[in-house]
Amino acid sequence: MLHTVNKSSFERNSLKSCINIIDDTSVILLIEDGVISATKNINSSMIANLANQGRVYALQGDVEARGISSKLVDNIKLVDYTGFVDLVVEHGTSVSWV
Amino acid sequence: MAIKKFMYLNRRSSFGTVYAIESLEVVLVAAAFDQDVSLAFIDDGVYQIIEGQNTNGIGMKNFSKTFHALGDYEINKLYVSAESLEERGLSADDLMPLVYEDEDDNWVEKSSVKVVSNAEISKIMSKQDVCFSF
Repeated sequence: MLHTVNKSSFERNSLKSCINIIDDTSVILLIEDGVISATKNINSSMIANLANQGRVYALQGDVEARGISSKLVDNIKLVDYTGFVDLVVEHGTSVSWV
Repeated sequence: MAIKKFMYLNRRSSFGTVYAIESLEVVLVAAAFDQDVSLAFIDDGVYQIIEGQNTNGIGMKNFSKTFHALGDYEINKLYVSAESLEERGLSADDLMPLVYEDEDDNWVEKSSVKVVSNAEISKIMSKQDVCFSF
């Protein structure tokens, strides 16, 4: 499954809820303010392991808009909108954790 | 018209909601009426003034550039929460170099941005006539 998260982990608990529920084959795509959770900060332990397993993606346009390209947690994969579509196709059911 | 002290409290990042750009609009309105304006950036609000924002990929206006104009409207008190920066793995070096020209000091260019503790922001807040939260 593909899980998209669009809220900052400092603002809402949607990323935490998502991580608590998902199975071992699911991947997470951080979009909009969700990309704030892709940066190295006091919450980044939440996604560090998943990122090391290659299961965390972030939308590049949203990362660049926020000026945080150089602050990302290791092994986060950046995708553009085409990459977003590929993830949807590849992972079947999508859940949007709005 | 009597001059009042206005503080604008910015708690959210720039593009996920409309709060940040709306705050900036209202700040400019207050400036047009020659009021005493301060801005505070706390929580995700600190992301509003990060250097190097590029919105080409999301088709939204990069209004971070507008912050550079505030100095010309005599808005030169921008307080940034040290704690909020720290929690987010950020420092003063990651912020835009926002400046104003000090008319009382031979128009010397000075920084408008001050990184201060939450306790300091609280103290400044208590001295305001009006606080707006965005």
